[in-house]
Amino acid sequence: MISGLMVEAVGFEWTAVGEALLNGSVLKPGRWGGTIGVTIPLAMVAIGTIISTKAGLVNIGQEGQLVVGAAFATFASTRVPGPGPFVLLLILLAGVVGGSLWSGIAGGLRYWRKVPEVLTTLLLVAVASNLVGYGLKNPWLLLDPEAKVGNRNLVSEQLPPDTRMPRITLWGNEFPVSAFLAVALILLVGWMLNRTLWGYRLTVVGKNRRVAQRFGISESAQGMIAMLASGGFAGLAGALMLTGGDFANYRLVPGFSVNIGWIGLLVALVANNRASAVIPMAFVFAGLRTGSGFLASTGIERRVTDVVQGLMVLALLLPPAIMFIRERRRALASARSRV
Amino acid sequence: MGDLFSAIWDVGTTETAYTAAARFAVVLAFAAAGEWVAERAGTLNISVEAMILGGAFAAAMGYHATGSVAVGLVLGAIAGAVVASVQAQMSHRLTADQFVVGLTLNILVLGIVGFLESEWKPSTRTASVVEVPLLVDIPLIGPALFGQPWPFYLIYLVVPLFAWLVHRTRWGLEVRSVGENPQAADVSGIDVNRRRRQSIYLGGLSAGLGGGYLLLGQVGRFDPGIVAGRGFIALVAVIFGGWTLRGAIFGCLLFGSVLSFRLTLPGLGYELNNEMLSSLPSLVTIAAMAVFAHAVRQPEALARPFIRGLK
Repeated sequence: MISGLMVEAVGFEWTAVGEALLNGSVLKPGRWGGTIGVTIPLAMVAIGTIISTKAGLVNIGQEGQLVVGAAFATFASTRVPGPGPFVLLLILLAGVVGGSLWSGIAGGLRYWRKVPEVLTTLLLVAVASNLVGYGLKNPWLLLDPEAKVGNRNLVSEQLPPDTRMPRITLWGNEFPVSAFLAVALILLVGWMLNRTLWGYRLTVVGKNRRVAQRFGISESAQGMIAMLASGGFAGLAGALMLTGGDFANYRLVPGFSVNIGWIGLLVALVANNRASAVIPMAFVFAGLRTGSGFLASTGIERRVTDVVQGLMVLALLLPPAIMFIRERRRALASARSRV
Repeated sequence: MGDLFSAIWDVGTTETAYTAAARFAVVLAFAAAGEWVAERAGTLNISVEAMILGGAFAAAMGYHATGSVAVGLVLGAIAGAVVASVQAQMSHRLTADQFVVGLTLNILVLGIVGFLESEWKPSTRTASVVEVPLLVDIPLIGPALFGQPWPFYLIYLVVPLFAWLVHRTRWGLEVRSVGENPQAADVSGIDVNRRRRQSIYLGGLSAGLGGGYLLLGQVGRFDPGIVAGRGFIALVAVIFGGWTLRGAIFGCLLFGSVLSFRLTLPGLGYELNNEMLSSLPSLVTIAAMAVFAHAVRQPEALARPFIRGLK
């Protein structure tokens, strides 16, 4: 049924498109590596989103938090001297700080002035990209002093090789080791959300404010922690993109985030806010992305891949929804027959 | 800082600044008026962007095919409603998450429109300017409000119509109750999800019309990047207005003037930091919200899906 929908809507050589998508993302040798490289930041953004959603907050500004995180990471990389691994750690930390600073503004305004966080997070996306644009025009912030001003090359300095995330090769697929870090973090967060007091408090705050109050759980403190953590993960995603090597060649460039924040948000929503579903979902979306890159290189109109991506998401949504409706119909019918 | 104030003063006394502000604001107002209805019914509808884009493209095709602005606008409104129907059916019949559907639609429509545009290449022009006699002679704001391409004047119909629909009809009362307390509305015999779907259709019609105006009244040439975040700004304007139509329109005007401020400055010989100016609309909103937010209250059931029997 899903494929039927797709054929109908796209209207031409569906099989060829599908084949190219699969070839580009998983089937061709060595393609897993690139897909994993994209999965990492997507999964990080998504797990952060799950934390804030758990606390009943609607954070839709991951794109901006990611950009600011990446900018902080870049700034740290150009300013801090020291041995490579130490600097790498600092870069990741700087990313986390940048991201949580950005979401912290929204969180602070939410609990101090009651400004809806939907609005502030969304607006801060635009501000973030302008801020980074400004930084990239000024050598004392982010601009590479050696970039040619005449050419208007707005790029930051490239990371020196010893501060990059090491890449390893498994069965012919090359990917950054941060994949393991990401998996560990997701498991950790999943465990904390479902099995610790902190996770329980968040859930209570998100589900019912009044109960939280009676329990003596501070809504603003929990919400603020959730918001900071959520932005921190988005910022970490930015730092991982910078050091990982699958994006923009270890430099910060305008438009660095390439919609990873938005798609990561989508991953969290499609995963229905379950930490366990984040990794497979992020992988599916990453596959769509690398696959459509491959698709574009085979000469099919680039816009078509957007359409395919959108339809895939809608198709992913349909089965659970239809199952749900069937279930209700059956329940209703059995209830009627009993009467 | 003194520079900034004198710049504000200079722009404030320039007639073209008001015209530009009104042009920015009116597209936002079409979209925001529709979005307002949808939000009062409890849908935080983020596919406005897609609705405007769909509307603009359909208007381009309509004009390209028939050479008539009216046909273009009608097609634009219909295209907006088509996007709305996907959003409405997916989120309020199939109970899919409204944010996912909205985000996806934004990507999907951009893809479809970009593809179709490169296939068909519609050629269009802007509609002719019609001046309302007498009123256009009001100093400063006259040309801005009464000397515009004729589709502009539709906004003077749409806004009062929506206000009347929502505040003065039975349907509107039901829509508002569905947004505040769907359980109670359901018990009193209102089909909650149907009202929500209808309000999204209305939002789509209006946003599509806004897209049609954007193309035929303002830009004149279709480009897939034509909307450039206007849908999100309209969304913000509704929240900014505290979920009242008056406030939302005021928000649109505010955004319009900030955008026009940025556009008019270079013409007057000022040079300000470009990045700062681009973030100005966002910063102004955040600051304004920080001052006024404690006084607004959102529809109680906003962004919560309604499934009978569950809370």
